[in-house]
Amino acid sequence: MEELLSILRELHPEVDFETCDTLIDDKILDSIDIVTLVAEIGSEFDVEVPAEELTPENFNSAKALWEMVRRLDEG
Amino acid sequence: MSFASTQFLAFFGVLFLLYYTVPRRWQWKLLLAGSLFFYWFAGWWCLIYIGVTTVTTWLAARRIDALAREQDAWFQEHKAELSREERKARKAKDRSIRFRWLLGCLLVNFGILAVVKYTNFVIGNLNAAAAALGGGQPLPTLSLVLPMGISFYTFQAMGYLIDVYWGKSPAEESLGRFALFVTFFPQLIQGPISRFGDLSRTLYSEHPWDSRQIAMGVERVLWGLAKKLIVADRLAIPLRALVADPEQYNGVYVLAVIFLYAVQLYADFTGGIDITIGAAQMLGVQVTENFQRPFFSKNAAEYWRRWHITMGTWFRDYLFYPMSVSKPILKLHQKCRNRFGRFGKRISVHTCSIILWFVTGLWHGASWNFIVWGLLNGLVIIISQELEPLYDKFHARFPRLKGSRGWDAVQVLRTFWLMGAIRVLDVYRDVPLTFRQLGTVFTAFRPQVLWDGSFLELGIGMGDWLVAAAGAGTMLACSLLGRREPVRERLSRHSPHLAWGGCVVLIWLTLIFGVYGIGFDATQFIYNQF
Repeated sequence: MEELLSILRELHPEVDFETCDTLIDDKILDSIDIVTLVAEIGSEFDVEVPAEELTPENFNSAKALWEMVRRLDEG
Repeated sequence: MSFASTQFLAFFGVLFLLYYTVPRRWQWKLLLAGSLFFYWFAGWWCLIYIGVTTVTTWLAARRIDALAREQDAWFQEHKAELSREERKARKAKDRSIRFRWLLGCLLVNFGILAVVKYTNFVIGNLNAAAAALGGGQPLPTLSLVLPMGISFYTFQAMGYLIDVYWGKSPAEESLGRFALFVTFFPQLIQGPISRFGDLSRTLYSEHPWDSRQIAMGVERVLWGLAKKLIVADRLAIPLRALVADPEQYNGVYVLAVIFLYAVQLYADFTGGIDITIGAAQMLGVQVTENFQRPFFSKNAAEYWRRWHITMGTWFRDYLFYPMSVSKPILKLHQKCRNRFGRFGKRISVHTCSIILWFVTGLWHGASWNFIVWGLLNGLVIIISQELEPLYDKFHARFPRLKGSRGWDAVQVLRTFWLMGAIRVLDVYRDVPLTFRQLGTVFTAFRPQVLWDGSFLELGIGMGDWLVAAAGAGTMLACSLLGRREPVRERLSRHSPHLAWGGCVVLIWLTLIFGVYGIGFDATQFIYNQF
């Protein structure tokens, strides 16, 4: 989780990712951030994030993102 | 059959009366029959094209859905016996089987679109390249006629198929119901490009007579017609004159072209979409909105989130995202990140953006002006993203500017003129000519033509200019007043009968001030050609 938070903080240092759960709803993450994030997650955690996982529910909070990474990693 | 024609009025009038007369369970079947008639009216052969798309997509989606169910059932049964690696390998294998069906159907349907829309463009370019190299006989062009609305219905059907493949939408079991989704006539020729999940919510339901909804729908249709006939078709006359003689009409006239075309296209396209949404509303069907006050956008990216929204989201969801997370792009990301650091991370995303805008341009038309138009849009968005740190520094220096009304207005005006300057590629339809014309704004400005009466020699007189200005002013006022809620909604809440009053006013205004051609028909909608 800490690695994921550091990837997120590098994208938007001003955001408190531990508490924010409206990253998409409040337009904090845009489409560029999302694909950058997917690429970084792929490098860091060695998981492939398919296009159908790019949904607001999966990207609205660090927690939801972490759950998606774990689910994809488990297969 | 154009929306702004007496034929459409007769067709829709009959369909509307039948729709609320037949038993409600037949309503969607009547809509399908009406949609097929509407399409047949453009040429019986068009039905073959849309028929192939409908049947192949329906079959492929059903197969993908059935495979996914079988694979999931097997997976749930054997999950416990498999290791993590085996589970991943099995899922990848299952996915590749479904992917073959998806790919086959995509190739067939985008293949049809590519052949009918782009073959002559490719032949033309090959001939030009051969001529430049001193080559021999030019290849003959083919006499291909573009089936009506092919870009719109192909994208809508393929969006549905991808959603089924991703498991976001169930496959529709009834071929008839699916055919209605593809052919639904109000949105067949200029969008919006609906998603199955959105449109199917109301498309197949039984709709009792609802006076308020019908009144609101009629009012919206009339509002769209008024925009088209009073403003768009009136401004089309001076625009034709300005574009026909670019040598004479340069300098400040080019600024006039930018401004007038922005207003004309807005009135024409949003007017057409108003008719689509209003006609569907009269039938109880809810169609997705396609515009959100786009000329109030503060930057290019925001403009594209608010103009032709359903096309933008289609390209984002079905092209930009899948391309951005594809293996070659992720490899590129890795390489650039290691080599160029922070900026390198964005190279892969910008590469995808450029491809996205190239395809967006190509979607609009098979000519270089559309491709250059698309690429310039992409370039402006990338540059503004890369300049963001500079903007932040600027705002740190002048903290009171950000969020102030004055600064907002500067940003809105800058975006309006910048997007307008790129958009004139669509007007001149010639890339070098467009850049030459834009250059004359700086080299041959001649502002005196604005007040020496020259604009009264462009095919319309002072009265017409005043009517167009009043129409554009009304559209602007409605946009400003409808920031939180559309003006029509607000008014009808205060008095439900006000919508009928609005209808009467709009009919009179359109009859008196509309611009009509032969037999009271209007010119074609601009977006019909895409």
